[in-house]
Amino acid sequence: MKDLSVDGLGMVYELPKGGSVHALHDVSFDLEAGRLLTLLGPSGCGKTTLLNIIAGFLAPTSGSVSLGGEPITGPGQERGMVFQQGALFEWQSVAQNVAFGPRMNRKKRSETNELVQDLLSTVGLQGFGDKAVYELSGGMQQRVALARCLANDPEVILMDEPLGALDALTREKMQGLILKLWQETGKTIVLVTHSVEEALYLGDRLFVMAPRPGRIEREYELPFAEKGLHVDPREMKASPEFIDKREELLSLIWEMEEQIMGHEGAVS
Amino acid sequence: MSVLDRFTSRKGADARKTVTFGDASEVKGSPAWSVASLLFVVLVWWWIKRGSEPMVNDRTFPSMGQTLDALIELVDRGYRRVGLWDHTWASLWRVLKGLAYGVIVGVPVGFAMGLSNRLRGIFDPIVELLRPVPPLALLPLFIVWFGIGEGSKVNLLFFAAVWIMVIASRAGVLGVRGSKVHAAYSLGANKWQILRYVILPNALPEIFTGMRVALGVCWGTLVAAELTGTTTGLGAMIFAASKFFRMDIVVVSIIIIGVIGVSMDIVMRFLERRLIPWRGKG
Repeated sequence: MKDLSVDGLGMVYELPKGGSVHALHDVSFDLEAGRLLTLLGPSGCGKTTLLNIIAGFLAPTSGSVSLGGEPITGPGQERGMVFQQGALFEWQSVAQNVAFGPRMNRKKRSETNELVQDLLSTVGLQGFGDKAVYELSGGMQQRVALARCLANDPEVILMDEPLGALDALTREKMQGLILKLWQETGKTIVLVTHSVEEALYLGDRLFVMAPRPGRIEREYELPFAEKGLHVDPREMKASPEFIDKREELLSLIWEMEEQIMGHEGAVS
Repeated sequence: MSVLDRFTSRKGADARKTVTFGDASEVKGSPAWSVASLLFVVLVWWWIKRGSEPMVNDRTFPSMGQTLDALIELVDRGYRRVGLWDHTWASLWRVLKGLAYGVIVGVPVGFAMGLSNRLRGIFDPIVELLRPVPPLALLPLFIVWFGIGEGSKVNLLFFAAVWIMVIASRAGVLGVRGSKVHAAYSLGANKWQILRYVILPNALPEIFTGMRVALGVCWGTLVAAELTGTTTGLGAMIFAASKFFRMDIVVVSIIIIGVIGVSMDIVMRFLERRLIPWRGKG
């Protein structure tokens, strides 16, 4: 198991019309293997940029990221990625999508088939292997995306608002699935979300990020994800401690949003 | 319920829609009206040729009877010692060859332009300058270069098809979602695998659309290309027959070209449904 280490990360986007955006400023943290980190914050706080740097899709302007001591310089299969939607290959069946990683690695077909069946039942899609992905609902498509990511047995799973396009009920179910996968596989997960409730419920560690420049504003260690599977999720989300934290985070983010608005008002 | 009603009425939940004007899902065509429209054409044809002193004389346009006789005659004895099937096949073969070369050259060039800044830069001026040139404008050059025979004709059709295929496959490559490519890299794919398993299948719908468009353009170019230097092909047939005012043969050729064009498009649409069922589902 490898720890993720982020050190003095900075990211500046040059704008085509001149000027620049400070998307990340001096972001540093260590994430022990097996933790579930959620990133929360108003738009423009750099949480997706941070995720893309860890994934290796973007190179930071300063600082570095390493996994188990190995510096990250590009995408790699030890860091799996789950996107919000539209990243499945619609020309392949559900099973072929899940088998994509092993196939790219030229794994044996028989082993891959077995693995695919296992993973499909893990995410609750047994019997759906031959379906086309566009025949599935949004929630089921995200189940396929999770299984496809797990097929390569990555060290870290990066999730960019994986449940953002789902309706509220499906979203709750999928949160349960993510918790289940996290506890069963023991993988490190970094999850970006816009939903305060989701960040609290899923994260056993939570960063609230702030914009201009993008940075980690506050850090939390949370008990909810650990308990998550053994307690009814509605009960948990209705508990006083959960509600307290939720209101605290909401007012924090509200404050930031107000500041952004004020800032923009001053500019125009 | 009358027969016409059965063809034109809306069914199920859609029949309850109050807003249909501007709703694209409501406009699927109407078989009954298509049949009616064809019948109307036939009726007009009959109308202008009726009686012993018809509105339009035989030198201008043949009657249906004459056209049918011409068809039978052509099927029976061919035209200018070449069978009707051979004329048709000669044209069809030229179109298929021109299209095939267009695809073989156009798709890789389109891919190169969609994947590399340098290659985009190199090909852009060539493609943009030659694309608007009507293929027929090049016929004199092609005859000098490739001879009066098959070479110049197939090359002309290739010229008509290739730019369409370049543009279509470039659009297909540029249309790939970044997250799909990212996902594939994160799953361990190398550049070659990205090209083969992500970009190519993602571009197939556009390539297919390009082929359908190119096919139509090729037929349009073909007839003109066959006006000189050949005695086979539907275009050559039209040209030869027009010299003798055999408008019946001209009309038969036109109908054959139309029918082949439509049939090929139907075949292409069938193939499209079979080969790329994911079209538009991304």
